[in-house]
Amino acid sequence: MARIGVFVCHCGSNIAGTVNIAQVMAAAQTMPLVTFVADNKYSCSEIGQTAIREAILKQKLERVVIAACSPQMHEATFRKTVAQAGLNPYLLEIANIREHCSWVHSNDKAAATKKAIELVKMAVAKVARHEALFTKEIGLTKKALVIGGGISGIQAALDMANAGYPVILVEREPTIGGRMAQLDKTFPTLDCSSCILTPKMVEVAQHPNITLLTYAEVKSVRGFVGNFEVEILQRARKVDASKCTSCGICWQKCPEKIPAEFNLGLGPRAAIYTPFPQAVPNIPSIDLAHCRYIKYQEFVARGEEGKKPPQCRICERLCPPQAIDWEQSDQVLVEKVGAIVVATGYQTFDHTRYGEFGAGRYPDVITGIQLERLLSASGPTEGEVVRPSDGTHPKTVVFVSCVGSRDERMGRAYCSNVCCMYMAKQAILLKEHDPEVQSYIFYIDIRAGGKGYEEFIRRAQEEARAIYLRGRISHIYQDGKKLIVRGEDSLLGRPVEIAADLVVLATGIEPSAGAKELAQSLNISYDAHGFMVEAHPKLRPVESRTEGIFLAGTAIAPNDIPGCVAQGSAAAVKALAVLSRPSLVSDPMVAIVDPLRCTGCFACQRACAFNAIDSQVTRDGKTIAVVNESLCKGCGLCVSACRGVAMNLKGFSQQQLLAEVNALWR
Amino acid sequence: MAGRTYAYYPGCALHGTAREYDVSARLVCQTLNVKLQEIKDWSCCGASSAASLSPLLGIALPAHNLKLAAAMELPITTPCAMCSYRLKTAAHELKDEATARQVSEVLGSAVGPEVTVEPLLQVLSEDLSFPIRKPLTGLKVACYYGCLLVRPKSVLQFDDEENPQTMDRLITALGAEAIDWGLKTECCGAGLPLARPDLVHRLAYRIISLAQRLGADCIATACPMCQSNLDIHQKEIEAEHGEKLGLPIFYFTQLLGLALGFTPRELYLHKHLTNPLPLLRAKGLG
Ligand SMILES: Cc1cc2nc3c(=O)[nH]c(=O)nc-3n(C[C@H](O)[C@H](O)[C@H](O)COP(=O)(O)OP(=O)(O)OC[C@H]3O[C@@H](n4cnc5c(N)ncnc54)[C@H](O)[C@@H]3O)c2cc1C
Repeated sequence: MARIGVFVCHCGSNIAGTVNIAQVMAAAQTMPLVTFVADNKYSCSEIGQTAIREAILKQKLERVVIAACSPQMHEATFRKTVAQAGLNPYLLEIANIREHCSWVHSNDKAAATKKAIELVKMAVAKVARHEALFTKEIGLTKKALVIGGGISGIQAALDMANAGYPVILVEREPTIGGRMAQLDKTFPTLDCSSCILTPKMVEVAQHPNITLLTYAEVKSVRGFVGNFEVEILQRARKVDASKCTSCGICWQKCPEKIPAEFNLGLGPRAAIYTPFPQAVPNIPSIDLAHCRYIKYQEFVARGEEGKKPPQCRICERLCPPQAIDWEQSDQVLVEKVGAIVVATGYQTFDHTRYGEFGAGRYPDVITGIQLERLLSASGPTEGEVVRPSDGTHPKTVVFVSCVGSRDERMGRAYCSNVCCMYMAKQAILLKEHDPEVQSYIFYIDIRAGGKGYEEFIRRAQEEARAIYLRGRISHIYQDGKKLIVRGEDSLLGRPVEIAADLVVLATGIEPSAGAKELAQSLNISYDAHGFMVEAHPKLRPVESRTEGIFLAGTAIAPNDIPGCVAQGSAAAVKALAVLSRPSLVSDPMVAIVDPLRCTGCFACQRACAFNAIDSQVTRDGKTIAVVNESLCKGCGLCVSACRGVAMNLKGFSQQQLLAEVNALWR
Repeated sequence: MAGRTYAYYPGCALHGTAREYDVSARLVCQTLNVKLQEIKDWSCCGASSAASLSPLLGIALPAHNLKLAAAMELPITTPCAMCSYRLKTAAHELKDEATARQVSEVLGSAVGPEVTVEPLLQVLSEDLSFPIRKPLTGLKVACYYGCLLVRPKSVLQFDDEENPQTMDRLITALGAEAIDWGLKTECCGAGLPLARPDLVHRLAYRIISLAQRLGADCIATACPMCQSNLDIHQKEIEAEHGEKLGLPIFYFTQLLGLALGFTPRELYLHKHLTNPLPLLRAKGLG
């Protein structure tokens, strides 16, 4: 029978301050098979680990129980410790007497000590039934997938590509660039957004290690870290990219005009278009919902009576290199990758839910991102800030903060992080465009925590003479050419009313449409709003809880460009840490089928969330379940689903768990 | 609505200063075959004062009327916005069992939240195919709902709080034009004309002058308090601002009545202080 050693940790006063260590040790001495008991001030310290190693060798210990903090903290550490002393690392059991005991029972020392003894007793009973387990090496695909081509995804893709690894960047719009491409200048330094973004976009397009798929979406993801298999839907542009010279004749001559999404409806675009002049790739796409020829084809296909709509096909006729390709159809590509970075970004809150701001009825009540387009030299007005209603230059501009942020009524308790800063920026830019502009900024609090940010707010107040008013807006209505904005100045405790020419709503940041569905197909967690959830909010901020899938940018939470770039690089490093390994090590604590007991009912297969149960035909012709160890996550769902007790989880076998329970009443 | 019978709760104002609302409401209901049975022995709804003195009284007073209507086994309708607000609030509060028990004790017999309360505006706009005799063509109307008809939405469950449309649709169905404006649910000064006439003047001026600037010929209301606050003080406001207003303030039932063919006299239009007859004559309606 095995010789078991028990090590009880004080964790300074974290455990010893509540649990009576001497009593725990005395009790452990009497437990079956325990041949050695010791304590440690800090077991995880180098001194503590050395003491454990020495005891294993000197006392010829064959199993080890360490009563200390949560296995989440130090199980990996102690596995290494016992392995260094020559034991199989899985012949170790942790009794969690800190998080599960001393921390939560600090007001009752006697009961805490009793519970600690019981936890040790269970661990001893369990470890006696442990078996040596062995890891396996598995191969991996040294290629990454980045989903989303905003600044976060661009940064991650470039960093990985520059480290020498191939990257596939999938972007669902016809161009990369994301929201940053729509911005005019950027706080807090006022450098022009496209001037700093465009070079990066071009670098992506020209990088030998990057495969850029725009107008494409990830349809499904299977597999596991190192070995993902991804299905990507490449939508048809109806333009042959190998022929197109981006001359622009097609979009200049296309007779169909629709409000441009990129300019948030402030200007038109054609049915064949690139979203903006610096788009990457600069290949136009045909918007199937609006193209006249496509409509004509659909009309003919429906076999309807009546006058046929015009065939149009002007783009096709005028295209010098004959790049229009009506036959092009959507395609599904299958790719293998080893790591995935999710950088799907954000969209802004739909302000029409605010009835008191006119619910979208007033043309001169616009959003922050619309103002970016009006300020931008490449925008629909070529940088002239004019009112959408009548094209006049606004002189009095009111900014309304927290529209869809910090508003429980809208189900948005969170702060959108960037609005305080971009309102200040826009007030400065408006003043630069037209010195006669007077900006009023209604705020709840001014959030300017970044480097140089508070100074930037001062600049808005002192140089641009923006007037900051603390309070919410209760009502906006149109009075002739003016918009009457009513609210409260909560510092003076008085209602205020401003007759404005333009009102800018700082609409909050929310996850991109489809973020939840994507997270589901990737098997990663998301919060109530659809933001992706980090493995640890402080210590693992760019990892998802699914190994091999990393996160960056506003897909996680509202963030500014510096934050997004830092996260893009951080996610790249984390992904590289996977890709650069020669091989991956499998976790041996997986499910196992007892072939003699398995009846082939496959309840386990239905229970498994990871597609880890395959079928196999035995020599006597029986079809039974078999576990795909590289897919199994060791969650144990199949074990509970199995009616014939044929399933077991290595390291958590039914026998081990029963032994723990039995130990409690013995 | 047509053919249906309602327990009619006129409320105090309609038996006093707002006679014309009562008269016009009964006339149009008769024409449209909406049967009104006035609740016998109805009492005051408590208006704004009861609830501010005692929350229990604020519920018990309207609950008494809910009880009477429950005995009639009819839904309640009332033209007055304040009354519908109090009655609906009481019905809402009575969903809470403890409140219902307490109120039943006060009233001496059980009362619950079962009775439905619909403001007359809601009842009359259910079917907009009116038998119109005299369309109100050319009349531009600013529909004014006031605070009490739509707020708070969680209790009243009737139309949008910021930009309600019910009256606008009704007025449009009469052949008039309902202007789009942003002060539909603005406060008119409520019960303060005696205590703070300055305030009421300021608020009323804001509403009337905006409606006028946006091209409205008149304002339509569904509340006695709104009507009187906007109607009565126009001369004084004009003097204060040195500006001509003279915007007639109708009850929506009066405009409906005109379209159904009733004369201004039958609709008691002569009761208004801001004389609407010149406007009606100018539009060929008087
Ligand atoms: C009005 C306004 C002004 C701002 N001004 C500044 C400023 O001056 N300075 C500053 O630092 N920050 C500013 N910001 C914030 C800045 O826009 C963001 O920090 C930054 O753009 C976020 O980049 P991202 O890559 O995380 O997201 P995004 O830019 O949203 O990029 C995400 C990309 O992923 C794509 N995508 C989404 N879902 C999928 C999918 N399922 N499959 C494939 N692709 C997908 C999207 O199409 C998009 O291209 C401003 C924000 C606003 C609203």
